[in-house]
Amino acid sequence: MSSLAATLSDSVVITKRNLIKVKRVPDLIVFATLSPIMFVLLFRYVFGGAILLPDGISYAEFLLPGIFAQTVVFGSTITGASLADDLQKGLIDRFRSLPMSRSAVLVGRTLADLGLNVISVVVMALTGLVVGWRIHSSVGEAVGGFLVLLLFAFSFSWLMAMVGLLVRTPEVVNNASFIVIFPLTFVANTFVPLETFPTVLRVFAEWNPVSAVVQAARELFGNTVPGAPVADVWSLQHPVLYSVIWTAVILVVFVPLAVRLYQRTATR
Amino acid sequence: MTDAIVVEGLVKRFGGTTALDGVDLTVAEGSVLGLLGPNGAGKTTVVRILTTLLRADAGRAEVVGLDVVRDADAVRASIGLTGQYAAVDEYLTGAENLEMVGRLYRLGRREARARAGQLLERFDLTGAADRPAKTYSGGMRRRLDIAASLIARPRVLFLDEPTTGLDPRSRLGMWDFIADLADGGTTILLTTQYLEEADRLADRMVVIDRGRVIARGTADELKAQVGGQRLELTATRGEVLPAIAERLRPLAVEEPHVDEQARRLSLPVSGGVEVLAEALRRLDGHIADVFDMGLRRPDLDDVFLTLTGHAADDGATDSGATDSGATDSGATDSGATDGGGTEDAATTSRDTPPAEPVPTGGAR
Repeated sequence: MSSLAATLSDSVVITKRNLIKVKRVPDLIVFATLSPIMFVLLFRYVFGGAILLPDGISYAEFLLPGIFAQTVVFGSTITGASLADDLQKGLIDRFRSLPMSRSAVLVGRTLADLGLNVISVVVMALTGLVVGWRIHSSVGEAVGGFLVLLLFAFSFSWLMAMVGLLVRTPEVVNNASFIVIFPLTFVANTFVPLETFPTVLRVFAEWNPVSAVVQAARELFGNTVPGAPVADVWSLQHPVLYSVIWTAVILVVFVPLAVRLYQRTATR
Repeated sequence: MTDAIVVEGLVKRFGGTTALDGVDLTVAEGSVLGLLGPNGAGKTTVVRILTTLLRADAGRAEVVGLDVVRDADAVRASIGLTGQYAAVDEYLTGAENLEMVGRLYRLGRREARARAGQLLERFDLTGAADRPAKTYSGGMRRRLDIAASLIARPRVLFLDEPTTGLDPRSRLGMWDFIADLADGGTTILLTTQYLEEADRLADRMVVIDRGRVIARGTADELKAQVGGQRLELTATRGEVLPAIAERLRPLAVEEPHVDEQARRLSLPVSGGVEVLAEALRRLDGHIADVFDMGLRRPDLDDVFLTLTGHAADDGATDSGATDSGATDSGATDSGATDGGGTEDAATTSRDTPPAEPVPTGGAR
């Protein structure tokens, strides 16, 4: 078997293993479906009335791309927590003692978590349709919108893989990633327009890749109106390109780093 | 016979601590090596280096003639590892676990399934094959773990403390499985803190302490290093022991050890049962004070204490083959606990067949 074919075949075995767990552990399904539904409903009906938007945009239309982005980024933390769990239980030792591809455990893990994120996005989109969110663009653009969201989350999974292998305790991975991911997804245009932010936070939010991903999704779903002001910074003027650049850079940096770390990691 | 494992001058440091300080060992093809040592001695580090999980800082290690660093992939294809944790995926069923590992060993789908079925049967897991491993008992998990490491018929099997944490009955069952594997020709490197376990399963032993090999040889050779047999006597009352010791002293080759608290006397002697007969003759008049008496060859606990100056492990004391330890693994299927001295001694002899303790001379 060539090494690429071997990597693919091993990755499929590992992805399957991880997806079986999704099927058997109700918590994961709940995390992947119920909590996004709850977020959509909470923000739509609790905050929706209090947040001022330019004329012509409903809060549901503004909100959904933001919720998508926040959920898939949070979803990627599962990668880190699951790897830390495998490490603690000695499974990584077992995998590393097998004549399998060196990257398959990570590829299989991140692909399974991508799958979980697809489920989340589908559930959120359906909920969104119920509360008044609509896609106004072409099918191609809409697909592009989902791709930007999911690929960014996929790259984030690789970063989280690295964190999981370094931190080694699932609970700590969860807590540590919340400290980073909460500001990252809230200090952004996810739930409110940037104009209300104090200057320092606004500058951070304008260059925050999550803002660009959200803006890209809004544009690709047609959830913006022509006259609505967009911050006059390159990142938000070219949100799709900026998101793709971030996604690519994270992958280029963290895929090799995580694979290298995996090869040296053993249960202590 | 060729060597399936060759280790030379292995050194491994973790930060400031030296885990391995020049370990050498070989394991002949088809044999079982017991790697013994207390917690933290470096046993697991040796296993991790041999199974390609860790790299040594110095030295060289070969498994089936392949260098563990240069030919790591080929080494992995020839070995099976069962680590200290039962490394099974608890959400997969027993069958799914084995098939997954089989596929990752590059077996075809059909072959992986067939092997999984065979191993589930061999390890008494057929009934639980379709239940998630989460529902398994500790012993079942451990069996599943070993089954997983056997799926591709490895030439060399590494078992890192395979019975730690198992209840006595599961431990005995595991010993039978391991003994079967060894009979089938698999080379096995087994680490353990249970001296009884090594005594029962291993052809040869290497004892390490603080990262160095401190002794090696067969169980008998190690025991010979510690000295010959001793006559052990338990009295009904502690006060009579000094008098008894005085009477038996002429038989001793070294100073007798009296423990009045435990009502026990230990007397290094040389010779066979005739010593016992002579002792009985000398005890004339004191026989009523003797609860139990017998000849005992040193067991590995004694070896360990002598070699390292400390016991193998706190937990190892309960697996020792002294008369009180017999209840540990023997009591599951016999009424030894309520018996007198004779039954205790009989249980002891069943526990450690290689140690061949001579049956006790007299009991009241």
